[in-house]
Amino acid sequence: MTALYFEPGELPPEAEELRIEVREFLAEAMKTVSVEQRARNWTAWNPEFSQKLGEKGWIGITWPKEYGGAERSFLERYVLLEELLAAGAPVGFHWIADRQSGPLILRFGSEDQRKTILPGIIKGEVGFGIGMSEPNSGSDLASVGTKATKVDGGYLVNGSKIWTSGAHIANYLVALFRTSSSADDRHEGLTQFIVDLKDTDGIDVRPIHNMTGDHDFNQVFFEDVFIPDSMRIGQEGEGWMQVTTELAFERSGPERYLSSFPLVKEMVREAGQYPSERQAIGLGRMVARASTFREMSLSVSGMLEASKNPDVEAAVMKELGVGWEQKIPGIAHDLFGASPRLGGASDYETTQAYITQANVSFSLRGGTREIVRGIIARGLGMR
Amino acid sequence: MSELREILRETVTRLFAEHCTKNLLEKCDGGEWPAELWAVVEENGLTLPLLSEDKGGVDAGWQAVYMILHAAGRFAAPIPLAENILAGWFLDQAGMVVPDGVLSIVPNSNDITIRGDTISGGAINVPWARQADHLMGICHVDGSVSVFCAPSGSFTVNADHNIARDPRDEVFFDGSIVKGIPPSEFTVETIQLYGALVRAGQMAGALERLIEDTLQYTADRTQFGKPIGKFQVIQQNLAMTAAEVAAAVTAAQNAFRAAERRNPEFETACAKVLAGEAAGMATDICHETHGAIGFTYEHHLHFFTRRLWSWRGEFGAEAEWAERLGRRAAARGADALWPDITARQSANP
Repeated sequence: MTALYFEPGELPPEAEELRIEVREFLAEAMKTVSVEQRARNWTAWNPEFSQKLGEKGWIGITWPKEYGGAERSFLERYVLLEELLAAGAPVGFHWIADRQSGPLILRFGSEDQRKTILPGIIKGEVGFGIGMSEPNSGSDLASVGTKATKVDGGYLVNGSKIWTSGAHIANYLVALFRTSSSADDRHEGLTQFIVDLKDTDGIDVRPIHNMTGDHDFNQVFFEDVFIPDSMRIGQEGEGWMQVTTELAFERSGPERYLSSFPLVKEMVREAGQYPSERQAIGLGRMVARASTFREMSLSVSGMLEASKNPDVEAAVMKELGVGWEQKIPGIAHDLFGASPRLGGASDYETTQAYITQANVSFSLRGGTREIVRGIIARGLGMR
Repeated sequence: MSELREILRETVTRLFAEHCTKNLLEKCDGGEWPAELWAVVEENGLTLPLLSEDKGGVDAGWQAVYMILHAAGRFAAPIPLAENILAGWFLDQAGMVVPDGVLSIVPNSNDITIRGDTISGGAINVPWARQADHLMGICHVDGSVSVFCAPSGSFTVNADHNIARDPRDEVFFDGSIVKGIPPSEFTVETIQLYGALVRAGQMAGALERLIEDTLQYTADRTQFGKPIGKFQVIQQNLAMTAAEVAAAVTAAQNAFRAAERRNPEFETACAKVLAGEAAGMATDICHETHGAIGFTYEHHLHFFTRRLWSWRGEFGAEAEWAERLGRRAAARGADALWPDITARQSANP
């Protein structure tokens, strides 16, 4: 078999029990969520909704009990996530913290950081942003230049981070800074820090509106910002190894094929009970992909549960899932010929209008298609 | 993957690797019947794996059949193995005796009439009819669904081939047959369903082979002073194709798991759609990557690509299966879409 084998995943009974619970919860909680928020899915920041999930114990669900977690399995977490995403739940406020910042702190952070920060995430009260990209460092992440200079008791940071979703709402940022520029190996001079966005002098968060009109992105400027040693994650110089682990967390979830699922659902509604042949074929191709990608996504979670490293499989999932998602507005265009109105005569039109515009961004987050294909090529032994 | 299936995988891989040589594939292209390969396959119990041991089978289950057919596809085995497995299973399901010798299936029996024990009419695209000792099919007899078993004396054959040059004969029936009543959930369409299932399994193997061989070629072939696999554009193309193939393999595997649960319609439709789409992409990219040498008869690539193009159409092309999935989803309604997907596939075996 090739390197790209996806072992079938099986869901234990407790995961199916959780699914029923989540569906019951969503049937009630989604009543107050607008169609616009459903369309935005896991990129819609809604702190009240996150707190409701926190009350259910559904954030940081796999984390140790001593920090407030539920110590449930990755397969249970998988079911929770796929149910939230398929429903278009506005889970953006806690999504990044639950997916990558929390797991990163659990793995590489200090005991003090775990005790201070994880309980807040779990309650849905603490949100995180991602401090990776800079104006001159995107796909070439190892070229970041924002400097953290060692001073007594901590570091002084100067520079900026960009494309920081939710920095205007989030409490913290996990940021990758350059702590040494003398090393020949540019990877060795990098270190990760937790930045308190609410209570630190010298930080300026400036909005960048995206083409849909939403304010999601920001640029975060640092001018002589003091960050205490206690907020450094891991040791100096270990930032690159840590950030690649963080990116693997970022790529491994079912959001890589379910972001547009609310639109798929509305397309089925739009087609009605007796679709034309063209519509039936178009819908059927989508159903075939959605259900197969689900199987693959479940397989990736099975690998996480078995403590295997699914880097390449997650990249394959992202390549397939995003490639498909980005075609969905075009498929809707083919099947229904609609030019959606922003006023939204129907949920279908409102959802189609947003996703048509937003979906160009889907392949950028977590690494561009080209970067992800490079990871797959490495998995195939070509690099 | 259970240990037994892993042993089976190794055994069938070794068997087909040893026997399905380029020389043999060329001979079969020319019309030869690979008697020795068939004998070995038969001796190893691969022709009737689904039957219970007292009926001459090995009671291996559909996931084992996937292993067998995946390997057969991976080595382009030019024999009616998938057809023999299906024919034996259908006859057994209908409570009929499974005869010795080569069995094949009639994919479409719409133009066949059975009165009493007498069969008349004809069919096209019948795999290896010329070699079959018995042909099996499903049709309506006096308003009820029947499985028939037609001995070679009851039909004549007009030889034809698909583009893989595997026999796909025209058959004229005129003689006596044996018939039986299948389980109540079977219809005349059921042969199309299981035909699509086995083709998806063979395609999964052939698709993986295309990726393996193309990766090897990009490591061996040097242009502009380096192996072509070192060029980003080649890496990107193969990464995309390998991902698409991985999806088709997952879907095929999943369909055979569903067959084990005796309800493979949804998963088989998904598998045939994804296998067909992957075949379109993989044959395109892998031929392009091989350049002119891949277009020669001398190079072995075409043994796999010609089979993929043939199998892609047999037992329903992508659009046909997609339409069924789409109609089903529409009939069930938007709010059932997600629960239906999770209910089907998360079922514990």
